[in-house]
Amino acid sequence: MIRCVDIYKSFADKLVLSGINFDIQSGEIFGLLGPSGAGKTTLIKILTGQLPFESGYAFTLGKNVGDLSGEDKRNIGIMMDEFGVYERFSCIENLKIFADIYGVAHVKIKDTLEIVGLGDAVKVKAKNLSKGMRTRLQLARVFLHSPKIIFLDEPTSGLDPQTMKSIHRIILDKKKSGATIFLTTHNMEEAAALCDTVALLNEGVIVEKGSPKEICRKYNHQKKIELHLSSGEDVLLPHGKESAGEIYKLFEAESVETIHSSEPNLETVFLELTGRKLQEDA
Amino acid sequence: MKNVIVIIKKQIKDTIKNKTVLIQFVLFPVMTLIMENAMKIKDMPELFITKLFSVMYIGMAPLTAVAAIISEEKEKNTLRVLMMANVAPGQYLTGVGIYVWTVCMAGAAVMATGFEQKDILLYLATMGIGFAISIVLGGCIGIFANNQMAATSLVMPVMAVLSFGPMLALFNDTIEKAARFLYTQQIRVFLDNMTVDRSTGKGAVIIAVNAAVLILLFFTAFKRKELGK
Repeated sequence: MIRCVDIYKSFADKLVLSGINFDIQSGEIFGLLGPSGAGKTTLIKILTGQLPFESGYAFTLGKNVGDLSGEDKRNIGIMMDEFGVYERFSCIENLKIFADIYGVAHVKIKDTLEIVGLGDAVKVKAKNLSKGMRTRLQLARVFLHSPKIIFLDEPTSGLDPQTMKSIHRIILDKKKSGATIFLTTHNMEEAAALCDTVALLNEGVIVEKGSPKEICRKYNHQKKIELHLSSGEDVLLPHGKESAGEIYKLFEAESVETIHSSEPNLETVFLELTGRKLQEDA
Repeated sequence: MKNVIVIIKKQIKDTIKNKTVLIQFVLFPVMTLIMENAMKIKDMPELFITKLFSVMYIGMAPLTAVAAIISEEKEKNTLRVLMMANVAPGQYLTGVGIYVWTVCMAGAAVMATGFEQKDILLYLATMGIGFAISIVLGGCIGIFANNQMAATSLVMPVMAVLSFGPMLALFNDTIEKAARFLYTQQIRVFLDNMTVDRSTGKGAVIIAVNAAVLILLFFTAFKRKELGK
């Protein structure tokens, strides 16, 4: 569905994407995970034909992005943080514009607004919507014409956990209905919860890719045992037999309050690979 | 064509909601009706106010409206959404142009009520040409400006020259010598005479040259700025 082969892109003298390679299969949720400024949005713009690039090949819907026709674009839905809505128009009026462009029946508009949880805000003007509701309206606009590929650029950025979870449910429902989803995020929990495959992007380079579980397994050497002692102290020990003696001593002294193992997650893997935190700039 | 109609429909819906643009459309027709009926000055040429305001309407409303509409869509990033939904830049600009031209013509129809029936068609045709040229100029500004503030700062001086130039030319010969190269001044001269004869030719040439230069400028801006990117 989507393929990148050795893509290079720079702005002025600064290289923002360097040798990007990946394949995304139909029906997959692919997450591009990286801190702000890593090149995530630039890659979406390239894959949707909004931005030219210096070298390499980019294919969307199996076609070179430069050759995407009007009919191809109809099969692509894009939601970018910077995209606006018509402030003076209500939710339904906003969607009517795009329903007319895509040739979608107007009866589908209300259904789409229901799906994204805006069923009660059909007539609310966009300028009066909260950030979460505005994101839902943008999602409704993307879903309206049932595109085969959906690009979501940080769809839950700045949203409260409850809204974030409900948007995750909507995204997973879209996957179930057969859509291929490309999403960018700097939230490792979001990537782990949603994505079949993730690529970790740092300063324009993909430093790791695979399923979230595979990646975490690969870096399992980071596994630790965390103990919280009754003195209030936290102790971090290697996950191995060398720690057994010390743990035994602590238990014997009845000073252990809690104990659990700490597996690596995408955040710690990213930190190990790049020395940077995913959300350091967020 | 379908996308052009979508844009026109969107703009029609926005007319009542967008007060800034609505005022531009309504101001001069309403002012003309009021002042033409309220001001009765001895020796004032017939329909003096209507003709003067008609030229100001040409120089202000379409220019400001087109530039404001395009620059707002650019600033709020809704234009890119339209482009990504496969609305071509040409379709978008055509839709906005047709909408503004039609609404301005409706305003001109209100202003035409003072004319004798035989002059109405000629008046509307002249206004239609003037609006079309101003729309092209407004399009240039809208394409060049990245946001509404930049568009306003470009529109204001241009609008002042096009609207007030012909009015000031009535009272000052030096200004008249410079203003005669403006299409709005030539339209004012034509509206004063309201006849098509040999003397009209020179004015028509100046209007045509103005139009040609602005169309060239428009396509240069269109090519260089890559609307919606």
